[in-house]
Amino acid sequence: MANTRVEQAEQKPGLDRVLRDTWYVFWREMLLPLRDPFSLVFSLLQPLVFLGLFGPLLGSAVGAPAFGGQSTLQWFLPGVVVMIALFGTSMTGSNLQYELMTGSYERILATPLSRSSLMIGRALKEWAPLVVQGLLISVVCIPFGFVLHPLHVLFGLIILGIFGIGLGALSYSLALVSQNKEWIFWGVQQTLLFPLMILSGIMLPIEAGPEWMKVASLFNPLTYLVNAERELFAGAVGVDTLYGLLAAVVTAAVGLVVGIRAISRNTN
Amino acid sequence: MIHTRKLTKNFTVKKDTVEAVKGVDIDVAPGELVAFLGPNGAGKSTTLRMLTTLLRPTSGSATVAGLDVVADPAGVRARIGYIGQGNGGGHSYRVIDEMIMQGRFYGMNTTDATARAKELLTSLDLADLAKRTVIKLSGGQRRRMDVALGLMHSPRLLFLDEPSTGMDPQNRANLWEHIMRMRAEHGTTIVLTTHYMDEADSMSERVIVIDHGAIIADNTAARLKADLAGDLLAVEVAAASAAEVRGLLARAAAEGELEEHAFDGVVRFRLRLSNGARLAPELLRRMHDAGAPAQSLELKPPTLDDVFLELTGRSLREGAEV
Ligand SMILES: Nc1ncnc2c1ncn2[C@@H]1O[C@H](COP(=O)(O)OP(=O)(O)OP(=O)(O)O)[C@@H](O)[C@H]1O
Ligand SMILES: [Mg+2]
Repeated sequence: MANTRVEQAEQKPGLDRVLRDTWYVFWREMLLPLRDPFSLVFSLLQPLVFLGLFGPLLGSAVGAPAFGGQSTLQWFLPGVVVMIALFGTSMTGSNLQYELMTGSYERILATPLSRSSLMIGRALKEWAPLVVQGLLISVVCIPFGFVLHPLHVLFGLIILGIFGIGLGALSYSLALVSQNKEWIFWGVQQTLLFPLMILSGIMLPIEAGPEWMKVASLFNPLTYLVNAERELFAGAVGVDTLYGLLAAVVTAAVGLVVGIRAISRNTN
Repeated sequence: MIHTRKLTKNFTVKKDTVEAVKGVDIDVAPGELVAFLGPNGAGKSTTLRMLTTLLRPTSGSATVAGLDVVADPAGVRARIGYIGQGNGGGHSYRVIDEMIMQGRFYGMNTTDATARAKELLTSLDLADLAKRTVIKLSGGQRRRMDVALGLMHSPRLLFLDEPSTGMDPQNRANLWEHIMRMRAEHGTTIVLTTHYMDEADSMSERVIVIDHGAIIADNTAARLKADLAGDLLAVEVAAASAAEVRGLLARAAAEGELEEHAFDGVVRFRLRLSNGARLAPELLRRMHDAGAPAQSLELKPPTLDDVFLELTGRSLREGAEV
């Protein structure tokens, strides 16, 4: 039985190995929500509550012109989707923290699973519900004037998945370096999350802010992601989408490099 | 199967260097069953972690299953199994799910993994708990699950870090039956750590005694005991014959010291004899001939604890945390 694996290990972990291992890691993570359907349904419905409460306030709070002439929902909804992705994938490390405390992380480290798959699989698990959530809130919003472009939305979700792999890997690294000092994880995660969110125009248009904010937002990868999602949700594919995809790929690459370093540093 | 040369691990804790493993040379042949015996903090787990690629050695080299642990850690991992000192099952997972996933991590398909998982759970007396979440298992049940996880892919080389800790005697026996069967069927090479002396004594052919990160003895349990400890002999005689007996015993115990305690007109002598069982009848005859017969005699074969005591001056049994 083990022989198949031994033969595979002779070669460098090829892309097919990484993909298959990622699937296994992803699937193990998915078993948690799948075995607990109540919490699954609850978490899938959460964005609806958020949207239902926040959406109506939005139009009156900020003058309509700032939203680029689109309907408030059309502008706001992609922001919510990015936000869910952000919250979800930045939590990748928090589940890992529990496994670091028992021996289960060590047990998995001792298996032949490729190192990158450990991070990618976990990050994708945090991203997966977003596909359901994103489509769900889009459909629910149709009666309120939201125009759904399914393929564009799907492409937008994939870009978010790529970004999520990067952010998830960074979160994973953070959990590793803050091992035995769990509060550091939460401190750093929270401290970074909110400025990044506000400076990307997720909640409110950055155009309404002062000049320094606009400049700062240019250095925030999330800005490009949010812009890309807005373009896609509006049913267009253009420069914004391209920049967004680029920002996602760069984030994923940086995240994985940092993550692999963190894992091997952890063996010292 | 395993070759290490000057394998060393230092940890740095707030500028202090902890020398956890100090340049050990270990050679294990295919099919061997070896126990690392040592007190808390001796460096057993650290050694195992280096051999299983979970820790990078500070210096020295280690080849495991023909591959260098630093140059090809992924290759090593594919060829071994590891049961760590902690609990391997994820707390919120169901037992059976973790077992099947473990098999898949090692490249088994779902059908094989499921069959193997069920077989192991049954034989480790966990079948009824297959659908429980790990956190709801007792300590001993969790430990049995750890063992089951490690056996999923029937590795050729298996490392176990204190596998039987927390198990009751029946489950310990059961665990050993498993390990022995695996060995008989697949020729598995087994390296384990323990601080149960009786376990190291009765189960493994070879015992490597580790203390303060260094190997202080490496041999079969029988040889270690014969060479380093010897049988413990206690004889009681009437106070009147004490002088006679003291002379006889002193000659028999060439090396080692002769202890004596006097109470209620009786003197109790204690000494170690490397071949006590063989010498005792002759000794009794001489005492009898000298008119100083023994009132009672007690002969205890040595334990590995006696060996450890002889080597370090400390007892393993006291837990000897340093
Ligand atoms: N990650 C670490 N950082 C710092 N010191 C460590 C680390 N791991 C182990 N040590 C130290 O290295 C020494 C050897 O530890 P190790 O865990 O190998 O002992 P052991 O023989 O397995 O003991 P036990 O029987 O208690 O499991 C100890 O002094 C321990 O405190
Ligand atoms: Mg240990």
